[in-house]
Amino acid sequence: MTGPTITGFLLGSLSWGALPFVRAWREPNISEIIGAGAGSIVVIGAVVTIALITWLQAWEYLWTQWFTSLDHKKIGIMYIVIALVMLSRALIEAVLIRSQQAAAINGPGFVEPGHFAQLFSTHGSIMIFFMAMPFLTGMVNYVVPLQIGARDMAFPYLNSVGLWLTAGGSGLMMASLVVGEFSTGGWSGYPPYTELNFSGGPGPDYWIWAITLASIGSTTAGINIACTIYKFRAPGMTFLRMPLFCWTAVCTAILMIFAMPPLTVATALLAADRYLGTHFFTDDLGGNMMNYVNLFWLFGHPEVYIVVLPSFGVYSEVVSAFSSKELYGYKSLVIATMAIGVLSFTVWLHHFFTMGQSADINAVFGIATMAIAIPTGVKIYDWIFTMFRGEVRFTPPMVLSLAFMVTFVLGGFTGVILATPPLNYMVHNTLFVVAHFHNMLIPGTLYGLLAGYMYWFPKAFGFRLNERLGWISAGCWITGFYLAFFPLYVLGASGMARRTHEVFDPAFRPWLYVALFGAFVLFTALVTLFVQLFVSIRDRHANMVAVGDPWDARGLEWSVAAPPPEWNFAVIPQVESRDAFYWRKRNREAYKPVDHYQDIELPKPSACGVIVGLSAAACGFGLVWRIWWLVALFGAVVVATVIIRSFLRDVTRTIPAAEVEAFDRRWLAQAHYAKPVSRQREMSRRNEGLAEWTA
Amino acid sequence: MSTPRRRRTETLPYVIGYGLSLLLTSIAFGLVWQHVLSGHTALFAVLGLGLAQILVHFRCFLHIDLRRNSLPDLQLLLFSSMIIALMVSGTLVVLINLHSRMMGP
Ligand code: HEM
Ligand SMILES: [Cu+2]
Repeated sequence: MTGPTITGFLLGSLSWGALPFVRAWREPNISEIIGAGAGSIVVIGAVVTIALITWLQAWEYLWTQWFTSLDHKKIGIMYIVIALVMLSRALIEAVLIRSQQAAAINGPGFVEPGHFAQLFSTHGSIMIFFMAMPFLTGMVNYVVPLQIGARDMAFPYLNSVGLWLTAGGSGLMMASLVVGEFSTGGWSGYPPYTELNFSGGPGPDYWIWAITLASIGSTTAGINIACTIYKFRAPGMTFLRMPLFCWTAVCTAILMIFAMPPLTVATALLAADRYLGTHFFTDDLGGNMMNYVNLFWLFGHPEVYIVVLPSFGVYSEVVSAFSSKELYGYKSLVIATMAIGVLSFTVWLHHFFTMGQSADINAVFGIATMAIAIPTGVKIYDWIFTMFRGEVRFTPPMVLSLAFMVTFVLGGFTGVILATPPLNYMVHNTLFVVAHFHNMLIPGTLYGLLAGYMYWFPKAFGFRLNERLGWISAGCWITGFYLAFFPLYVLGASGMARRTHEVFDPAFRPWLYVALFGAFVLFTALVTLFVQLFVSIRDRHANMVAVGDPWDARGLEWSVAAPPPEWNFAVIPQVESRDAFYWRKRNREAYKPVDHYQDIELPKPSACGVIVGLSAAACGFGLVWRIWWLVALFGAVVVATVIIRSFLRDVTRTIPAAEVEAFDRRWLAQAHYAKPVSRQREMSRRNEGLAEWTA
Repeated sequence: MSTPRRRRTETLPYVIGYGLSLLLTSIAFGLVWQHVLSGHTALFAVLGLGLAQILVHFRCFLHIDLRRNSLPDLQLLLFSSMIIALMVSGTLVVLINLHSRMMGP
């Protein structure tokens, strides 16, 4: 009799049926086999990675140099690695969704309804919380301190905690493939459907805890970014001298600080309903699901600007660098960014126009929504005028930026359609909406992040990425997008609901096939991206840009070696103007030795971030399966680690002046012997990272 | 280096703030738990205690006071208030409207 209780205590509600392999064995159909396949990819991937690291004896290196590092540059890179892994998973899921819909015309297709619902829920949740957010946080982390002339973020340890909370959340997402199942409630997880009555399994719990970890991580990242930009700018770096990427970063950070808490509250109250028997959002006993909807979109709309603004920053940098021109209308771009930031808190209701408010309220929010098009339009014109009469080079980041400008404007038009409540009533909950938001998110977020990745990659690693493969990848991202999503406008306008598992109108067939083909092109784009990375690493010796300024760019981040030393700047630069480094080069003041090198204090590596993040994930896993000892144990570990760390006093280490000087002189010598490269030849092997400048 | 005395004056506000926050929180819980107040009075009492606690945090933890208010702090406060006012007032408008249309008599 004690047997079941003991396993119940040890394993909570876990059972053999939670494993997709067992389910596929019991019920061998294609849907379960796909599930088991996905689970095995996770397991095999993890095993192979661990084996490889062990075989290379890289554990110690990874642990000391990366996992425990508090260096903002390494944390940034690790964020982006997570984002690329999660992008791969979510994109494969998108291909599966498209295949199912294309295969399920007057038939059941090959994926079961529940499994299909998991696919779109994980795809959406991952793309937002575990692809876009880590990617942009990583990029801001890497670039902003270098751009404002700082040595690190304001709170390096908090930075590591945020990273590892995100990693823990991603771990939970991956675990849901192997143990149990994910939510079927979509990325928005609306109750009452996600309440216990309708979704009894572990699915929504996985969703709740993965999202909670990610959103707490993002809140801390937002605080950190905002403090860094407010307090850590180099002398002379006034707000209006900051590169535009910093402006978008600070705006995104502010949005994170104010927008993540409503989400955390919403998921926490949903968790209370599911775990403690409260009735915040249930149908009965005084619950009101509209409270959830309202809270979720109080977060949800600012969120779309959180993910879009950093990309706007990237475009501003890329367009200016690859046109060899000062950014046109800098101040108008700043004002537009801040206006978008504030307006984004006034429009959330457009996500639920059809849920019962009076027409007057809908009208107010509809008009507010359309107003956002104005500052966005200003930005587009500014970028166009930046290129006007510039020396435009069509590098892969520039191609992505141009594709963004065209595509994003088209998406904006359909946004204005959706912002008109009567029209919204016609197409809400159809593929028209799906087409619209991908039309914003793919050019507005993904292209920008990829452009930033290709633009700053040489800075971070010291060699250029292969341009040919970059063009192929960009070309596939662009054509793939149009093929995959423009058919959805037609389908949506013809009434095909989103999240549809089966289709009964044969007229949809050709459009669904085109969309599927587009998804394959997008998948090719992803594969090409990885091939580009592989080829570039293989050929790195021929493409070194160690001096650090391969594009004759403008910000301070280009004024240091590539990759930059851990301390970023030998001495904190004095800033005299906007585009500080550009003018220093023109005035022949760049690449000069420092009179007087000094010791530099940097944060010591710390394992606390890793412990907090991974323990929080273990705690979340315990909560999902109601394994209470696991929850208590790892909850205690989190709290104890946070407290113990706060008592540590010896948390910095000193880099001696001699070491700084040696590094700096070696780099200056490199700069001295390097041959300057002209703009026409910057994509050739002659580019050593020293720009030739005339003027 | 900080002398013990200076350290004392530096930590004092935190201790006071902690004590006050604890007090305000327990009063709020106590009021409801012990059924001292109910209905709307309880709601507004808890709301008031919450606002008082916000002030305590500002004063004791964030060191914002009225005398030497530097401009950036003030800007940040005003900005935060604006965003919160937008979110709270919008929520009230939307939910009261929904309530009157859906839960009405
Ligand atoms: C790159 C190629 C992508 C493809 C092929 C793709 C495809 C899809 C498909 C087929 C759906 C389901 C549509 C339906 O409901 O019937 C979907 C939903 C969604 N996608 Fe994507 N997507 C891509 C990229 C992205 C990106 C970059 C983001 C965000 C940054 C994103 C966010 C979402 C969200 C939030 C949903 C809604 C999920 C839900 O219904 O709850 N997707 N996508
Ligand atoms: Cu919105």
